[in-house]
Amino acid sequence: MTRQSLHIDWTACDGRGLCTELLGPLLVRDEWGYPRAAGYGSDVPIPGSFVADARDAVALCPRLALSLQEVRTPARS
Amino acid sequence: MSTVEMTIPRAAVAPPMGVNRLFAAGAPDLASHLARFGPAPLGLTPGQLLGELEASGLDGRGGAGFATWRKLAAARTSAGPTAYSAPVVIANGAEGEPMSAKDEILLRHAPHLVLDGLLLAAAVTGAREVHLYSGPVQLASVRRAIAERSDARGVILHEAPDYFVSGEASAVVSAIETGVAIPRDRRVRLAVSGLGGRPTVVSNVETLAHVALVARFGAAWFRSVGTDDSPGTRLLTVSGDAVDRKVIEATGGLPLAEALGAVGIDTSRLRAVLVGGYHGAWVPASDLWVRLSNRELEPYGTRPGAGILVALGEQHCGLAASVGIARYLAAQSARQCGPCVNGLPAMAEVLARLAAGGGSARLPDEVRRLAAVVTGRGACRHPDGTARFVLSTLEAFESDVRAHLAGYCEVTHP
Amino acid sequence: MAEAFWALGRATGVVSLVLFTVTVLLGILTRSGRPALGLPRFAVTLVHRNVSLLATVLVIIHVASLLADPYAQLRLVDVVVPFLGTAKPFWLGLGTFAFDLVLALVVTGLLRQRLGQRAFRFVHWFSYAMWPVAVLHTLGDGSDVGKSWLVLLLVLCVGSVLVSLAWRMSATFIEYQHTRFEEARR
Repeated sequence: MTRQSLHIDWTACDGRGLCTELLGPLLVRDEWGYPRAAGYGSDVPIPGSFVADARDAVALCPRLALSLQEVRTPARS
Repeated sequence: MSTVEMTIPRAAVAPPMGVNRLFAAGAPDLASHLARFGPAPLGLTPGQLLGELEASGLDGRGGAGFATWRKLAAARTSAGPTAYSAPVVIANGAEGEPMSAKDEILLRHAPHLVLDGLLLAAAVTGAREVHLYSGPVQLASVRRAIAERSDARGVILHEAPDYFVSGEASAVVSAIETGVAIPRDRRVRLAVSGLGGRPTVVSNVETLAHVALVARFGAAWFRSVGTDDSPGTRLLTVSGDAVDRKVIEATGGLPLAEALGAVGIDTSRLRAVLVGGYHGAWVPASDLWVRLSNRELEPYGTRPGAGILVALGEQHCGLAASVGIARYLAAQSARQCGPCVNGLPAMAEVLARLAAGGGSARLPDEVRRLAAVVTGRGACRHPDGTARFVLSTLEAFESDVRAHLAGYCEVTHP
Repeated sequence: MAEAFWALGRATGVVSLVLFTVTVLLGILTRSGRPALGLPRFAVTLVHRNVSLLATVLVIIHVASLLADPYAQLRLVDVVVPFLGTAKPFWLGLGTFAFDLVLALVVTGLLRQRLGQRAFRFVHWFSYAMWPVAVLHTLGDGSDVGKSWLVLLLVLCVGSVLVSLAWRMSATFIEYQHTRFEEARR
């Protein structure tokens, strides 16, 4: 099965906070304003119910720092 | 694997015995190289060499320790049919890590072995473009070596700048592509899309030198020294109070005490050893029996990596020494990624407040929190490695951390 | 009929200038990274984008209605090539120039994902040229420029943009400015 993953390009990210508004509570801001997902780094798995919001975040990121990728996950046994 | 071995034509020259392998030629010139090792077996099929590398258990010597055969096989698999999609192989001799000198020594004393390995890796992956990236002194040695032989004329040389992250794989690709050696964001692995979008192998020069030996003398010979999970030999750069960066070739899985003793460090007067360099971890002096293998170093949060050992004498405060390193690492950020630019200095300063003594009992937890905040949040692993180092400081010097919180130091103000 | 086009041209000209002013203000607000007017940041961005598109639609009606109006003596070439007009060529030319800039801004805005951040940002800086040129065009070519309501409107527009520009260049402009180290700009 495939699932969506949100990739953060930290070299582009300026911590403007739009993605954390659209994808809270999945993404929160750290003390400097940069997005952070608990337990994840540059690639954040996006549950199905958040995919539409994630697409908005990709489109609205003022720095074009976000991208959605399909990742293959091994089928659960 | 024995069936694969049988099909490999054995080298005409006797393999080096014991632990002196990479420098066995004794001199950097081609005649000495050929006299000791014989010519590189270019008749091997890719399948044969990959099989032999897999059986050898050779892993990367640049720090990450990824299985060499797997890296080469991945680039070979991703290769496209045209010159624009053919793989690229890059020998990485950049040593931004200040406590490492083994790649420089190797390129100056055995450049032909590295070139052999580079050309073999190119042949295995089907690469049509081959690069070598290192500091200027080493490049001069490589240039002399290339002039001595006809098969390495196509190797494109690049000078690496001397700072911590210049040898990170994506920074290497960026340096060759744009002239600026800074890590870049990667959505797919370099083995799939690297230099100019082509499948790219960035391999440490020591790894390539071992490839050249495995191709000649086989996996069984490679494994004839070392341990099961750390076979063969590896180069170590060992430093201590009275010892500045000595490079030795050691058997894999050597106990720390033996590696330190080999360069004349008095292991009875140590406080701790930093294993794996500034992105590595401290092993306290009570644990010097630990072997330089992935399995035995895992509990400490490090691995043999690039083979860097830094011994801290018993007269030094582990926390004070760590503050210096943490501040250095914070300053070495390429200043591209917000969490790294902001998080590393913050982490270093909380550690400094802890080391200054008498601070809030919450400081260790604040260090741990900041380590968690920066980990995984950068284009490269610089924040992760720095966080790992700082966390190991809290663990290895646990009792001294308590002492500092109580307002004294186990070492300097008992 | 011609009278209708003329009236429509004048009205849409003034309204689009107001909307472009609002666009510039919202653009500056977007850049600061702060929520405002009870809206979250992403909504400020969306309003900035939508008001700019609305302003563009109105400026297209402004140009089209004056093309249709024989009294304005506007030719097709004057829509894209500035300073060739028959009546008040300089002041008309400023309008044409601003219109060209608007088209460039809108196209690069809509294609931002394709063009990449660098090209988008380069073109987007020209917003700061487009808006004053549009204001000058209004001042020089506007038929209602002597009327007090338009004077008041222009004073409000220019004043608000100047105030937000001063804020834009102040040390407190960007959210988190004082908690962060500056990243290297490459």
